[in-house]
Amino acid sequence: MSVAALIGVEVDYPDRGRALGPFTLSVAAGEIVALVGPSGCGKSTALRLLGGLEQPRRGEVVRAPGRGETAVVFQAPTLAPWLSATANVALPLQLAGVRRDEAARRAVEALVRVGLKGAEAARPAQLSGGMAMRVSLARALVTEPKLLLLDEPFAALDEITRRALADDVLGLWAGAQPGVVFVTHNVEEAVYMASRVVVMTPGPGRIAAEVMIRGPKPRPQGFRTTPEFRATVEAISDQLAEACAP
Amino acid sequence: MSRIADELAPIVMLALLLAAWEIACRALNVPAYFLPPPSKVALAMAADLPTLVAAAWRTLSVAIAALLIASLVGQALAVVVGLHPLLERAVRPLASIIQVTPVVAIAPLVLIWAGIDHPERAIVALAALVAFFPIFSGALTGLHAADPDLERLFDLYGASRWQRVMRLRLPSAVPFLLEGHKVGAGLAIIGAVVAEFGAGSGGVRGLAWQILDAGNKLQTDRMIAALAVLGAMGVALHAILEAVERAGLTWWRGR
Repeated sequence: MSVAALIGVEVDYPDRGRALGPFTLSVAAGEIVALVGPSGCGKSTALRLLGGLEQPRRGEVVRAPGRGETAVVFQAPTLAPWLSATANVALPLQLAGVRRDEAARRAVEALVRVGLKGAEAARPAQLSGGMAMRVSLARALVTEPKLLLLDEPFAALDEITRRALADDVLGLWAGAQPGVVFVTHNVEEAVYMASRVVVMTPGPGRIAAEVMIRGPKPRPQGFRTTPEFRATVEAISDQLAEACAP
Repeated sequence: MSRIADELAPIVMLALLLAAWEIACRALNVPAYFLPPPSKVALAMAADLPTLVAAAWRTLSVAIAALLIASLVGQALAVVVGLHPLLERAVRPLASIIQVTPVVAIAPLVLIWAGIDHPERAIVALAALVAFFPIFSGALTGLHAADPDLERLFDLYGASRWQRVMRLRLPSAVPFLLEGHKVGAGLAIIGAVVAEFGAGSGGVRGLAWQILDAGNKLQTDRMIAALAVLGAMGVALHAILEAVERAGLTWWRGR
């Protein structure tokens, strides 16, 4: 069953011309799709279309999730500096009309799930980059979304933190298994996290290749060192290089 | 060591200037109605102190009332106007007209409107008019300063206009509001003094009236004493507002 789909969508921006398309992508429930491509290939645009935050110039967007059932994590943590971690996470619930104490209770639970027990009262400025990203992740998961959109969420973090967070995201995904679309320019990260990797061409973005990734999720230890993982990463990197070649 | 020097530097400078003034007045035999030496000003200030303090309080309370009115009206108007881009385009130039028109030029008109019997209302209104612009302009800018990705999240979660204003745009505007109020408070004092001058002898007997009254009687020492009190009040107010702004920003940023 499809959670969200883009059917032959095209997006034009006034100054830059065609940014995306024609582009067709369907995300099934419980599927993790990674979009990889060079900067400016319209990955983030595709994500905003899937979230219903933007409308295509042509084509069709089909979205199953209702109000509050889509969550987005951006490249920056995008937290309100004037709110505590708990209040930041509770925000989507409160906007949906959940009572204040109930929202706070669920927010604290979500913070515990992402490993931030003890940081409930901290302000974003007091958290490290990785911790702030976890708060952002907790805010995305607190509404138990059907569709989770991740826009280069680990790009600003160091390698150790991003690897830990990748495992955490997979662990959290294993619970309710929302459909996930995940934008990155890191091929290894895409192969590690996704069940399907979509390689995009430079702008205007189109699909250059699609690769299914096998293996259990969350990933077992040493998954990155298996010959199959290495081969897949190399194959996708080649496809990406080919797509980018003039 | 250098911190003590930093603290002392302005005081030493002030003392040197006062000493030079005192010596020059005595050495050149300047007539007291033209320029009294600081010692005479100090004596006049001491003799007049209760009157001066009462007058300063009157001016200050006018400024505070004006600041409150300007704050409420400025922020409420900014919220309403900020809801619609076209409304904002329509209102911004009008607000600028208020800013560039000197308060002395509007004073006679406002005095007539407020009624000859209530000059204090006119003075509060004029001071509020001067304090209005930085608060309104700061609020309007601040309401647009929210993180665009946070705005997208509010879109995503289907936030109502009211939720967006109260939970995102107003809190995002806090640094701009603090700055606007700091500038507005300084202008409210200036506005109160200028409006007192405009109202003349029938108006509130604040510091400006003290200056006018002493000037009419050629009591230059009393004029300068009132000016010194006005200056001290301004410095104190500025220091308080700086501290409030810093504390507010620290709270807002969370560190």
